[in-house]
Amino acid sequence: MTGLFETLGLGASAELLSLSSWGGNLLRGLANSLQIAVGAFGMGLVIGLFGAYGKLYGGKVTRDLLAIYTTVIRAVPELVLILILYYVGSDIINKISEAFGGGRVEISGVAAGIWVLGVVQGAYATEVLRGAIKAVPVGQIEAAKSYGMPAFMIMRRVTIPAMMGFAVPGLANLWLIATKDTALLAVVGFSELTLETRQAASSTRAYFTFFLAAGFLYLMVTLFSGAVFARIEKWARRGQPSLKGGSS
Amino acid sequence: MDTAAAASAQQPDTRREAIRVEDLHKSFGDLEVLKGVDLIAHQGDVVAIIGGSGSGKSTMLRCINFLETPTSGKIVIGGEEVAMRADGSPASQKQIERIRTKLAMVFQQFNLWTHRTLLENVIEVPVHVLKVPKAEAIERARELLVRVGLGGKEDTFPAYLSGGQQQRAAIARALAVDPSAMLFDEPTSALDPELVGEVLTVIRDLAAEGRTMLLVTHEMKFAREVANHVVYLYQGRIEEQGPPAELFGNPQSERLKQFLSSVG
Repeated sequence: MTGLFETLGLGASAELLSLSSWGGNLLRGLANSLQIAVGAFGMGLVIGLFGAYGKLYGGKVTRDLLAIYTTVIRAVPELVLILILYYVGSDIINKISEAFGGGRVEISGVAAGIWVLGVVQGAYATEVLRGAIKAVPVGQIEAAKSYGMPAFMIMRRVTIPAMMGFAVPGLANLWLIATKDTALLAVVGFSELTLETRQAASSTRAYFTFFLAAGFLYLMVTLFSGAVFARIEKWARRGQPSLKGGSS
Repeated sequence: MDTAAAASAQQPDTRREAIRVEDLHKSFGDLEVLKGVDLIAHQGDVVAIIGGSGSGKSTMLRCINFLETPTSGKIVIGGEEVAMRADGSPASQKQIERIRTKLAMVFQQFNLWTHRTLLENVIEVPVHVLKVPKAEAIERARELLVRVGLGGKEDTFPAYLSGGQQQRAAIARALAVDPSAMLFDEPTSALDPELVGEVLTVIRDLAAEGRTMLLVTHEMKFAREVANHVVYLYQGRIEEQGPPAELFGNPQSERLKQFLSSVG
């Protein structure tokens, strides 16, 4: 038994995973991942809201441009998009900087990560929110109109609260995808959880320990998110009888 | 009520005009639903609009507050003409929003805001559109809910109420804006038969207190009882109109006779 314990390296694992050792690096990586996920998800929500309204109520040009945006982004693998957007984005910023007589700009990994994943998230959020807005009974919007509410107030007071119940499950999915897509940023050298894990593992040769630990951290994020979104969904669906019956 | 209506019908000129519709046309694509309708409702009038399905009665009502954009025509609310563009859409969004706050609509499908409680539904427009102080709006909303028989249901969400209760809440929401005229679009058509009565009772009370109302309805007995003017629409035109006793008691046109016998 002790032999097996030794072989798997579990005894050494605790030491390796301590905060003063590699464990601290993993947690820093997790913090970076979460920071990007939060930023990208938030940016995606904003893009998605404008995108959904643009697709539903915009003119022909707006709708065509948005159709191109959502189609292209959703058609190309995220990894490829990250490489394209990251290098194209930093190239453009450097060109602009040079044009104004500045030198090369060091692009912050967090900002780049948020921008790249935010653009990806925005395309999916556009479709999630468009579907949710369409699910709001027309009568509720008509009632708001008939009582003299201006368009923006209708959006703020009626459409958005009424669509939330339909949007939350889709948005919860997007959030989980955002947390895991941050791992793809390892390819551009951003020190998020996956890259930190790889570095720790290859430095110590304790692959099993570190990838298991990383997997556990991702799982914890998912479980915690699930609990939070369950509460949000309950709030967003206030007033709707639950499918199981009984009061909400 | 009958005597009051009769008395007011004899001297309509002394009362202010609440709603005037002139030569209203409305087409959906190639289909012309309204083919030139004229209508005047004075303050305190209860005008019932009857007609078969597809006669344009709901469309006419919805054109008055521009939920539908008229194709052409003129609409005057409380003496103020709604400025229209050549295509019939309101020229000023500000103006139409202001006018809409004076016209409270009650819909066939209630259209309460399902994510808000009854109280929140009733105070929504006063607080956010009319900028009434919240405490004042809440106090008034409570009174109105009691008035329509929904005292104690303030914190209930619409989905937990019967159709009749939801419609009475919708009427409370309409009253909360202190409208100069109320537009009822088939308020009992979506209700189970046993729930129709409770809603009609509320509307009857409102008529009795002299509220100006336009009422699109299938309830002929009710129209005859509460209205002081009845308009019969047939295929987008006013076929016949007059006081209820005449219109129901002695219909002139063949179509109206047929319509009245078919709806019993």
